[in-house]
Amino acid sequence: MKPLLRRTLAEYARGALAVVAILVAWEVLCRVFAIPKWLFPAPSRIVEETWAIRGVLPMHFAATLSTVLGGFALAVVAGIPIAVLVVYSPFLRRVIFPFLLTLQSVPKVALAPLLLLWVGYGQFSNIIIAATVAFFPIVINTATGLESVDKELLELTTSLDAGTARVFWRVRLPWALPYIFSSFKVAITLAVIGAVVAEFVGSDKGLGYLILTSSGAMKTSVMFGVLVLLSLLGIASFYAVAWIERRLCPWYMPTGAETQAT
Amino acid sequence: MASAAAPVISADPSTRPAGGGISATAPQPLVSIEGVTRRFVTRAGTEVSALDNVTLAIERDQFVTVVGPSGCGKTTLMKLVGGIIQPTRGLVRLNGAPLTRPSRRIGMVFQRPILLPWCSVLDNVLFPLRMLGWPIAPRMAQARKLIELVGLRGFENALPMELSGGMQQRVSICRALIYDPEVLLMDEPFAALDAMMREELGFELLRIWNEQRKTVVFITHSISEAVMLADRVIVMTARPGRIVMDVAITLPRPRTPDTEFSDGFKQFVKTIKSAVYAEAKSH
Repeated sequence: MKPLLRRTLAEYARGALAVVAILVAWEVLCRVFAIPKWLFPAPSRIVEETWAIRGVLPMHFAATLSTVLGGFALAVVAGIPIAVLVVYSPFLRRVIFPFLLTLQSVPKVALAPLLLLWVGYGQFSNIIIAATVAFFPIVINTATGLESVDKELLELTTSLDAGTARVFWRVRLPWALPYIFSSFKVAITLAVIGAVVAEFVGSDKGLGYLILTSSGAMKTSVMFGVLVLLSLLGIASFYAVAWIERRLCPWYMPTGAETQAT
Repeated sequence: MASAAAPVISADPSTRPAGGGISATAPQPLVSIEGVTRRFVTRAGTEVSALDNVTLAIERDQFVTVVGPSGCGKTTLMKLVGGIIQPTRGLVRLNGAPLTRPSRRIGMVFQRPILLPWCSVLDNVLFPLRMLGWPIAPRMAQARKLIELVGLRGFENALPMELSGGMQQRVSICRALIYDPEVLLMDEPFAALDAMMREELGFELLRIWNEQRKTVVFITHSISEAVMLADRVIVMTARPGRIVMDVAITLPRPRTPDTEFSDGFKQFVKTIKSAVYAEAKSH
């Protein structure tokens, strides 16, 4: 255990060192070649100018975070029941799937103005846009998971004359949980994309809105700063989902964890 | 061709030496398979006969093994008795009543343990009760007793992934016994295990059978395993699945690892082997 821990720490240290090296090189290059800050700002500039707007940052960050979480939650609440319907009813599968595919193939940026028209300007329409971006993998993976149950295990439940509801709650749903969670990890990062798209199209707050306005004002440094914040938001929410997954599916070991354990 | 393959014992159940149960005075067999044919339609659209006019009566408390090459309809036979599939023609009876749907009087053990990976050993053993909608509490002691009976005491809270293949299969045997079925159907339950574990579990099964007194239908493709365990060996052939031989194994019980060195054991294995190979050659 101990050598493993030491190795992990060493890996982290190496990673951190690489990041620092890149930042230093970036800073040096920007100064040596005197690259204009509106084109490619140095890290020090980015920190400085982002810090200057620290007063409004939390509000924008919170707006985007709530859109991401709301969109993700809506995608889950809509996606899982749709997957269940699709798995249990061949008829609904034939009806729903063409719709889903059409929705999935339409670029959400193009859909956003339409949603604004229908739902109105504001957080709720942002949440819906984030949800439409995030929910497709949830439907597909949940359906796959529910259908991947061991055939013999289902025969065992048949031999016990078990009802559909019992088999669903006690066998199919727990069986699908690892599939569902792996889709959650994709969906939460997609929700971040969806939230930014929504804020680009129509919003007066959020990190996406901030990027848009900074770009208009040629404040490239702020754009970079906000990008960093956005990626931090995405990474943090990804790990939050992964953490919940480990709590709820301890029997399931993702391949990454397996290789780490050996 | 069936008669040529079975020189000693006829394929006709009515002239079988070991308790046929067909005559009017004999007690009613626990499971009776009457002229059962089961056909499947393959994906290519052709019809395949997995079982062809199979008739078989199984007495209460008998340990019956079914041997035959793969594709001889052994598994189909088990699924029919388990009520998972229905015969195309013919009838399966349990205690004289036609079996038209799965019965809780039948327990099944499959080739793979197929445990629920998120459930502990204890919860896996209790799983059938949850599927049947029975209360758990009254059977808790029985579950623990079964786990102890198969030598897994102390592993009640372990997850399946923490167990070896043999231990997992032991859990699946407990799972089949928890609701106290009269018939235990086992479809090559030890096929995925290594030879030593296989033998060990075989004797363990005999011990459990001796203690719990069940009717066991045990499917295998190992002739020596079939002889070692059984009161009676049914030999089947492939395409279409048919019974070609029905042998009463009169070896004394309890069977031990030494049983397989006895002349009687070797003789039974030889007889059955020649039947299986004669059939294989005629195809």
